[in-house]
Amino acid sequence: MKNLYLIAYLDLKESIRAKWFLVYSLVFGGLIALFFIAGVTESQVMGFSGLSRLLLMYIQITIVILPIFILITTVRSISGDRDNHILEYMLSFPISLKQYYWGKIIGRFITVYLPVLFAMVIAVVYGFIKGDAIPWSIFFLYTGLLFSLSSAFLGIAFFISSFVKSSEVALGIAFFIWIFLLAFIDIALISLMLQQRINQELIIFIAMINPMELFRVAAISLFDPELTVMGPVAFYILDSMSQSVFVLLSIVYPLVLGLFFALLGFSIFQKKDLV
Amino acid sequence: MIKVSQLTKKFGAHVSLDNVSCEFKKNESIALMGANGAGKTTLIRSILGYYHPDNGEVLINGLDTIKERVKVLENISFVPQLPPPIKLSLDELMQYISVSAKVQRDLILYYANEMKLDINANLHKSFFKLSGGMKQKMLIAISLAKKSDIIIYDEPTANLDPNARDDFYRLLKQNEEEKVLLFVTHRLEEVKDLVNRQIYMDLGKIISDEKA
Repeated sequence: MKNLYLIAYLDLKESIRAKWFLVYSLVFGGLIALFFIAGVTESQVMGFSGLSRLLLMYIQITIVILPIFILITTVRSISGDRDNHILEYMLSFPISLKQYYWGKIIGRFITVYLPVLFAMVIAVVYGFIKGDAIPWSIFFLYTGLLFSLSSAFLGIAFFISSFVKSSEVALGIAFFIWIFLLAFIDIALISLMLQQRINQELIIFIAMINPMELFRVAAISLFDPELTVMGPVAFYILDSMSQSVFVLLSIVYPLVLGLFFALLGFSIFQKKDLV
Repeated sequence: MIKVSQLTKKFGAHVSLDNVSCEFKKNESIALMGANGAGKTTLIRSILGYYHPDNGEVLINGLDTIKERVKVLENISFVPQLPPPIKLSLDELMQYISVSAKVQRDLILYYANEMKLDINANLHKSFFKLSGGMKQKMLIAISLAKKSDIIIYDEPTANLDPNARDDFYRLLKQNEEEKVLLFVTHRLEEVKDLVNRQIYMDLGKIISDEKA
């Protein structure tokens, strides 16, 4: 356990010093600041107002940028170390592969999750100071969803990192996965529905296995389910399933998915040549 | 101490090690030589447990280098040919080594001092920002402080100036007893006084093995 914490701690320290971490933190912190400056809390659109509206906007942008941030910053963690011979030296010390791999995952998870959480905390604190009502149910739901989404993409990133030999290929695969999942949020799904090329159940199934779509639907599920706001697929899902079951599913499924890919990555990491 | 038995390692169609067998015993200092692509680095990496062999095995004190890699690595010090661009500071790197390999920090500082490297002045500097020579001195200091039974050096003096090389060989002389010292080198004359066995490799095979 000592070595596991050591790897996690050193990875965390190394990441915090990196330029990408600064950009990453500024983007999420900056988003919140921008929303306050733009007076998002004062506006009212489709029934959402105050901090609820701000958090909803934050989460909708996060759906798009969080996965790609996690993928591009994490996908090179092991393949990059292998590429530039860091792995060759660091693993010449008596550290087990299990400790190294999971220590890296823990360290990287804290690095990617804390800034997005911190940005939400800033929003709540600032809203509280301004005298806005704090929507705690939305805050806790989004905290859980972000935790879950971060886990899913971290697991996928470590999976890619475990089998790819060069960092460039790892980045390419990461971009492809992001674009693919993003397209299947609603854009491709709606066009498929309109063209009636495939049956409805299959479309719903595709939506339900996409962690980004689950995240998106769960994020708006606390509000009145209106077709114009949510999109047809989300509307259909919430119509056919109770809201609490769906929220539970949208938190548990990405967690399980992330763990599954992380375990798969570890299995490959153990069986492949290390350098 | 190290027993390599019928080791074969292929990368695609290329055979990097072709049925290699050899044994390295206590108090042996070996110069491992050969042209580029002869299989020297593959052999070393196999000893360190990095490669899964296509055939054969490597045992260190009877332990398999892949199945028992943590126990095996407790007894090995390794310095690569090119220092990797580790982003940890020297302080963090020493922490990593002290915790994982139970190496005394004071001992690293002692050997670094003997190699004329002032760690304290660079304690919070990233390892990769040091000069090539300083990095190599740091890795050598760590390898000696680890007090391993097996020390593997892959062209360790490539970045060192003549004075630093003298310091390195002096320290090695003081630390070679009861150990296996394995040098990968292209310059035999530099390590001639240190080694008592010379192995030449070519095309993945050992073509000559001479003991002094």
